[in-house]
Amino acid sequence: MKFSLSWLKQHLDTDASLAKITHAMTMAGLEVESVENPAETLAAFSVAKCLEAQKHPNADRLQVCRVDTVDGVKQIVCGAPNARAGIWVIYAPVGAYVPGIDLTLKKAKIRDVESLGMMCSAREMQTGDDHDGIIELAGEDWKIGGDAAAALGQNDPVIDFEVTPNRPDWLGVRGIARDLAAVGLGTLKPDPYGAVKGGFDCPVEIKIDAPEACPAFAGRVVRGVKNGPSPDWLQKQLRAIGLRPISALVDITNYLSYDRARPLHVYDMAKLSGPIRARWGKGETFSALDARDYDVTSTMCAISDDERVLGLGGVMGGTYSGCTDETTDVFIECAYFDPKITRATGRVTGIESDAKYRFERGIDPASLQSGLDAATQMVLELCGGEASSMQITGSPPVFTRQIEFPTSEVKRLTGLDVGNQDIARILQSLGFGGDVDGDKWQISVPSWRGDVAGKADLVEEIARIYGFDKLPQVSLRRSSGAVKPLATPLQNRARRGRRVLAGAGYLDAVTWSFCARKDAVLFGGGADKLALSNPISSELDCMRPSALIHLIRAAQRNADRGVSDLSLMEIGPVYLADGPEDQRLTLAGIVRSNPRRHWVGNRQSDVFDIKADVQMALSAMGASVGNLQTSPQTSAYWHPGRSGALRLGPKNLLAEFGEVHPGVLAKLGVDGPLLGFEIWLDAIPASRARGGRSKGAMDKSDLLPLARDFAFVVDESLPAETLVRAARGTDKALIADVSLFDVYAGKGVEAGKKSLAIEVLIQPREATLTDAQIETLCKTIIAKVEKTTGGVLRD
Amino acid sequence: MDNTQKLEDEIITAIATASDEAALETVRVDALGKKGRVSLLMRGLGKMTPDERQIAGPALNALKTRLNDSIAARKEMLAEAALNARLQTERVDISLPARSRANGTIHPVSQVMDEVAVIFGDMGFSVAEGPDIEDDFHNFTALNFPPDHPARDQHDTFFLNEKDDGSQMVLRTHTSPVQIRTMVAAVERASKTGNDLEPIRIIAPGRTYRCDSDQTHTPMFHQVEGLVIDKETHMGHLKGCLTDFMATFFERQVSTRFRPHHFPFTEPSAEMDIGYARKDGQILIGQGDDWMEILGCGMVHPNVLTSVGIDPDVYQGFAFGMGIDRLAMLKYGIPDLRDFFAADARWLKHYGFSPLVQPNLATGLSR
Repeated sequence: MKFSLSWLKQHLDTDASLAKITHAMTMAGLEVESVENPAETLAAFSVAKCLEAQKHPNADRLQVCRVDTVDGVKQIVCGAPNARAGIWVIYAPVGAYVPGIDLTLKKAKIRDVESLGMMCSAREMQTGDDHDGIIELAGEDWKIGGDAAAALGQNDPVIDFEVTPNRPDWLGVRGIARDLAAVGLGTLKPDPYGAVKGGFDCPVEIKIDAPEACPAFAGRVVRGVKNGPSPDWLQKQLRAIGLRPISALVDITNYLSYDRARPLHVYDMAKLSGPIRARWGKGETFSALDARDYDVTSTMCAISDDERVLGLGGVMGGTYSGCTDETTDVFIECAYFDPKITRATGRVTGIESDAKYRFERGIDPASLQSGLDAATQMVLELCGGEASSMQITGSPPVFTRQIEFPTSEVKRLTGLDVGNQDIARILQSLGFGGDVDGDKWQISVPSWRGDVAGKADLVEEIARIYGFDKLPQVSLRRSSGAVKPLATPLQNRARRGRRVLAGAGYLDAVTWSFCARKDAVLFGGGADKLALSNPISSELDCMRPSALIHLIRAAQRNADRGVSDLSLMEIGPVYLADGPEDQRLTLAGIVRSNPRRHWVGNRQSDVFDIKADVQMALSAMGASVGNLQTSPQTSAYWHPGRSGALRLGPKNLLAEFGEVHPGVLAKLGVDGPLLGFEIWLDAIPASRARGGRSKGAMDKSDLLPLARDFAFVVDESLPAETLVRAARGTDKALIADVSLFDVYAGKGVEAGKKSLAIEVLIQPREATLTDAQIETLCKTIIAKVEKTTGGVLRD
Repeated sequence: MDNTQKLEDEIITAIATASDEAALETVRVDALGKKGRVSLLMRGLGKMTPDERQIAGPALNALKTRLNDSIAARKEMLAEAALNARLQTERVDISLPARSRANGTIHPVSQVMDEVAVIFGDMGFSVAEGPDIEDDFHNFTALNFPPDHPARDQHDTFFLNEKDDGSQMVLRTHTSPVQIRTMVAAVERASKTGNDLEPIRIIAPGRTYRCDSDQTHTPMFHQVEGLVIDKETHMGHLKGCLTDFMATFFERQVSTRFRPHHFPFTEPSAEMDIGYARKDGQILIGQGDDWMEILGCGMVHPNVLTSVGIDPDVYQGFAFGMGIDRLAMLKYGIPDLRDFFAADARWLKHYGFSPLVQPNLATGLSR
């Protein structure tokens, strides 16, 4: 919302400086966004007098002038036809920046004649469109060196501020003035407009057929008006805030819309036939003032007469019934339109208008008569004529709201100590009334403050005007006693997984939660329910089923920039459906292994590097990696032969890892091979808290461990893990570790078989083992492994 | 005894000139071996009278000890010389480059989220979470956004496709729905146990979404929500809490300013500015004549409390929300928001953090 300082001063009696006013606005909740002060942009310019103008010796269209300026008499070459001796002009010195031509003036020679400065046109100074000649100041009452901004009437700063949706009353300058008076910046002037008595009965009948959309409609006729350009002050006022003056009648409605947040409309009586109705649309076509045609549907409020739709109520008037210079009798509309219906009409038609902006936020329902009277009075003053009586149909939703208000609420919610006297003064200055005796006050809310519904709203008003800068500052401390864990197990897992993998060389990335739907399909997602109905682009139109998608694409982008050896990870959500429980937290990683040549040699990572990364991350996040089963059954986006899943029991899937399916990479347009993994953080079982943090006694034997090697010939398809697990399970007390150190197939091993060699570490616990005991243990191991795997000990 | 002295001199010389361990062993056998010269002298003791033996015995034993010591010393010296000689042949060009080991980094958003959690943790806040896909109730209605109200327009909301019942889920436009989920859960716990509502102090960091994309807006960004509910927390606590936060987060004194504002879910509502100055094209957070808007906050609106079944005449508290990405940009001088989500390795390495810099107050938040 823009308004000018002089406009504010029509309502606020103040001598506060511009800086003080803008600061007070911001601190009262009217957040100032910008201040345009033309006096600042025009500071370099000043009033001067042209003493002499003679034809340029070398150019027909130019004149050489002698100009009396603040810098002394200067020679200026000028091309304006109206440059002549004796006129008062606006002078720009050498060094001045001329905004209209985006140029800083330099000493110049124009066709061999020196020119020191410039006499400006309105367009050059950006004070108007006129470029036919230089500005001539009217009259003789000027001083050399006088302030150009003042001379041009351009010394009115314009303030732009953010109107929060709860304060439609700030969409009128008078509402702003009321708040500024409350914070002590001056006094609110009395309303200059009072009631107007009609000289004859209103000849236009007003009917309401759609009371939900238009509960009240007031109007009156002024006959015998003379329309035409509005007076200078009004035009200037409108121009200052970026509105285009049209004609006195129209300008009056625009002025009052900004002056008191009271939209109005004027109709040319000569164009009306029959009564004016506020009714629902019937599918008619309507030509609006924005020069577009709209379909008036049955959800829109149509202002119409017997012949046609004249306007969309609360949104925009029509071209047909608009006032022109020929208008002699005018019908003025001052109505109340329902916010929701106005808003819906605005959304369907796409119309943004000052009226719609105000009606959808809610205008003062009690402003029908006062608004119409103000408009009438202005019409009479500016256009003459004779006013009819006022006709009002329906009744606006004026509310009477009483709030029981214990003044202790102020202290309770804000910590501020505001005395009852101050509280009463603040409320009164904002237009609140009521009974302010005793401890529980009965406060009545003014008609323009529909946003104030309860005690907390009153507290805000009091604190806001009293000053948020006076709020006490009290530190929050944690409660005494033991600190409870502030992070959930899942959050701690995420933190550890992220940091352990970063330690192993992964770059922690954050990528979009949405992806292209066609990509989502490749990763088992893309359901209709997870697609966005208003995506920002087709590349981001669906919630992602996997964090791998963007990491894989990022790997390619990085490779295209020359970074082709890299490990990326992300901890973030994936979405299986749209419910709160369907969002899962994953840790995903992608590795493109392309190490640069190195004098020690280099090795490309493979799935077993990734497996190690996954196990390290899982371990850091609290999973017992030794208990996990590896299986080759993985999702379809992995290489079917080079990927694995880690499970705890048959159902609980903790992670998948391996090479990304080359077909998927091809569809994404990404070069392979790429390794990757996904870990489901929420699938990791919570560690069982066993009373306290004690780690239990350490199991340490002083007896020397011994190692025995075995090799078994087993089926090629046997998972090595089965064999290792069988060996380890033989004697959990004595066998400390089993490590697999050789895999062999080929000569000496039957086709379809492979040889797996393990080293079993035996840790005696109580006494050194005898040879016989060791022999027995080895036999047990062989028997157990052979039985479990169907293999045989290799000779 | 001249002969004995001479013998000793001879053997000592031989020890001293033995050039390696083998030569030294020859000297030892020659002197102290079974048929060694000293051994033979020892053997002569048996033929002596007890008186002679009384004198010669200790002397020979002393000789034997001296020779043994001497041999041991020589042996050690020779071993050391041999080791030194071997090590001389084992030189490498130590200036050759090391085996490479990749250094990973922590994303600024992850790091700043950890920092924020540490600071609020010190004030007794725990970390709550909620889903990104929300329903209208949690994202708007329960937060006192009336249906069809212009306040909703300010949230450029992403909608999911219509469900079978015609409703549409939204991507949460702010982290505030976590307030609702937290309070609903607390009310349920209280009604189950029959106890009073336990005081609430949570922050809720997470991803948020708005249908907006330009130089300073991305369709996804990060916020952290804060919520305190008890029987006495007022705006003075809000001011203290957030002013303390800013100083701890930026690791210097930061001037703050509270201005009235409007949010549907708080009343009174405020925006907080922090002081800053511009110097040589850089923004210096902390002190200065300029103010920068940093967050929105206020006392939880009575309608919000009522919507989750909390009596606003008994309980009260504050809520706030601020942008994590923006905090990261301001603190660590990161210029462009859009780079945050591009997973560009160069950017991640440059602006990322060592995984060992785990934010905590003991070592200094970011040191």
